Amino acid sequence: MVLERTRRWRFASRGRAWRWPLALVAALVLGGAVAQSGFTVGLSLSTLNNPFFVDVRDGAQQEAQLLGIKLVVTDAQNDLNKQISDIEDLIQQGVNVLLVNATDSAGVVPAVKQANAAGIPVFAIDRAIDTSSGANVVAQIASDNVFGGKLQARRLAQVLGGSGNVVELEGIPGASAAIDRKSGFESELKTVAPGITILADQPAGFDQAQGLDVMQNILQAQQGKIDAVVAANDSMAVGALQAIQQAGATRPNGQPIVVIGFDAIDQALAQIRAGTMDATVAQQPKLMGRLGVDAAYMLSLDSLIFSTLGNGQFMPVEVQLLTKDNLP
Amino acid sequence: MPESDAPALERRRDWRELALGYGIYLVLALFVLVMALLSPNFLRPGNLLNIAVQASTVAVIAVGATMVILLAEIDLSVGSVAALSGAVTAGVLKFAVGGAAGGVVGLLVAIAAGLAVGTVLGAINGVLTVRGGIPSFIVTLGMLSIARGLTLLYTGGRPIFALGPDFSVLAYGRLATVPVPIVILVTLYVLAALFLHTTQLGRYIYAAGTNRRAVALAGINVDRLKLGVFALAGALAGLGGVLLTSRLDSAQPTAAAGWELDVIAAVVLGGTSLYGGRGSVVKTLVGAIILQLISNGLNLLNVQAYWQQITKGGVILLALLLERSLRRARGGESL
Repeated sequence: MVLERTRRWRFASRGRAWRWPLALVAALVLGGAVAQSGFTVGLSLSTLNNPFFVDVRDGAQQEAQLLGIKLVVTDAQNDLNKQISDIEDLIQQGVNVLLVNATDSAGVVPAVKQANAAGIPVFAIDRAIDTSSGANVVAQIASDNVFGGKLQARRLAQVLGGSGNVVELEGIPGASAAIDRKSGFESELKTVAPGITILADQPAGFDQAQGLDVMQNILQAQQGKIDAVVAANDSMAVGALQAIQQAGATRPNGQPIVVIGFDAIDQALAQIRAGTMDATVAQQPKLMGRLGVDAAYMLSLDSLIFSTLGNGQFMPVEVQLLTKDNLP
Repeated sequence: MPESDAPALERRRDWRELALGYGIYLVLALFVLVMALLSPNFLRPGNLLNIAVQASTVAVIAVGATMVILLAEIDLSVGSVAALSGAVTAGVLKFAVGGAAGGVVGLLVAIAAGLAVGTVLGAINGVLTVRGGIPSFIVTLGMLSIARGLTLLYTGGRPIFALGPDFSVLAYGRLATVPVPIVILVTLYVLAALFLHTTQLGRYIYAAGTNRRAVALAGINVDRLKLGVFALAGALAGLGGVLLTSRLDSAQPTAAAGWELDVIAAVVLGGTSLYGGRGSVVKTLVGAIILQLISNGLNLLNVQAYWQQITKGGVILLALLLERSLRRARGGESL
């Protein structure tokens, strides 16, 4: 029984996030009607002064209501000290599972250890919790950046029609989001559009100023050959767009250069609305909150369900492509 | 003729003296030559103008940093101060003076507000260093953190964007055919060089950096001199921040993060001694341009991300090693 379930779980963790509900149904069926009276999930958020985390909370609340679970939410106001107190309070209240969106990956560890000592399972939400110093985290639930890179590649293939030259702007070398977005984009591009060439591939530090400088330089080297720019975040995409507009550069066929970003920041959404930028990839904070509650619920049904995962294993949350046609 | 009787050693020393004085220009020429050979696009006027404009923000800030370092002090807060000044300019422009409707007066008010913020923070650095007796390394390290925190607080962690076409003239406008940032840059460096080399106050900066006690004994108020230089460095960091904000048409809460290192690298690459008293502001400009040349060249040649960092660090270290060995062979003080 256990073996069968763990295999099912692996399937879910490797696949896309839409498979989560399947895993949930499976867990429900296999776990049977576990008595849920008094089952409480604690959600410690880093801040509610940022729409992203407000959405995480809303998603978690909706899901908790749906499943008939009690959810207690705390807001650390981006203050690590307050977050540690928050988590201590939640432990005292006797929550069954903790979802922690850390203000600081390493700083929150003492509080996580307290929860570990009290036998309360902890999930990390959005921001990883440092597990190198003995904190035990069941899983890290965060956006699927690899898949986001793939969405960029698919959109690019669709817009360029399978052939052309693209400039790739990477994030901070070595940062996990930069590595994941790049690898997702490049691997998918090879698969869906082998006819598209990566003409230049340069780092611009997730920064608008660097995106502008680097794109200016690349435009000098590759004048008149560029069809598109794909950036690992929107700040660099907006910077690249400025460089393109300043240089008056166009595609070889005279059409505007296609710019695709990542993160859906307001600056980029304004450009997409104006038609100067093509697309961006949005994270789904509501889904992230929902999945956190789902994971807690599944754990309550079967304490072994996550046992094959290592400490702090990554669990991806699906991301979404935004173009002019589906802007929020 | 006495010259021909001079021992060979003497003549070799002369050669080294020359290399020390003009070596940075040689390095610049070498870079230009190598890049011209490696990339057909390098010598394009558009590309050269780009390099100058890209270097201008860091170079503007480096003017103040050169003076601070000539006094044997350091300012690590310039990146954060630039970010806060830029954010305040953007904020005032967008929310206080009514954006594009504010006209030229509104624009000037916004820029003045940004520069004032930089000056005040710089003066605080100066007061704490001079009166507080805390080493400037620590004072400005604290300010680096405070000014960044204030920037995040002021912007709420989000960029302030869409600042209007009038404001972007500062970064993208042209005077005749010369880009405005280059006009600002050249003016600033000419003024700074004149100030340092021809005015009494400028000479005091060199003197106080070499022998603080002697200058103080000569009746010059070194503390006030330092305070003034820190305030000026803050104002110039502010100007750099305003230029950057104009260039991005937005104030980013994380703008100019880590720039203190680029600025110090430009100053040191230009041969200014971290021990004070020796250096040249014009060579700082050359240092800033060389740093930008490296970035530009690596982009043009499409060098892989990880190698870029290694190359940049390597070039700085090589240049300084060369300078040091020349100086040592000449028998003078080292860096």
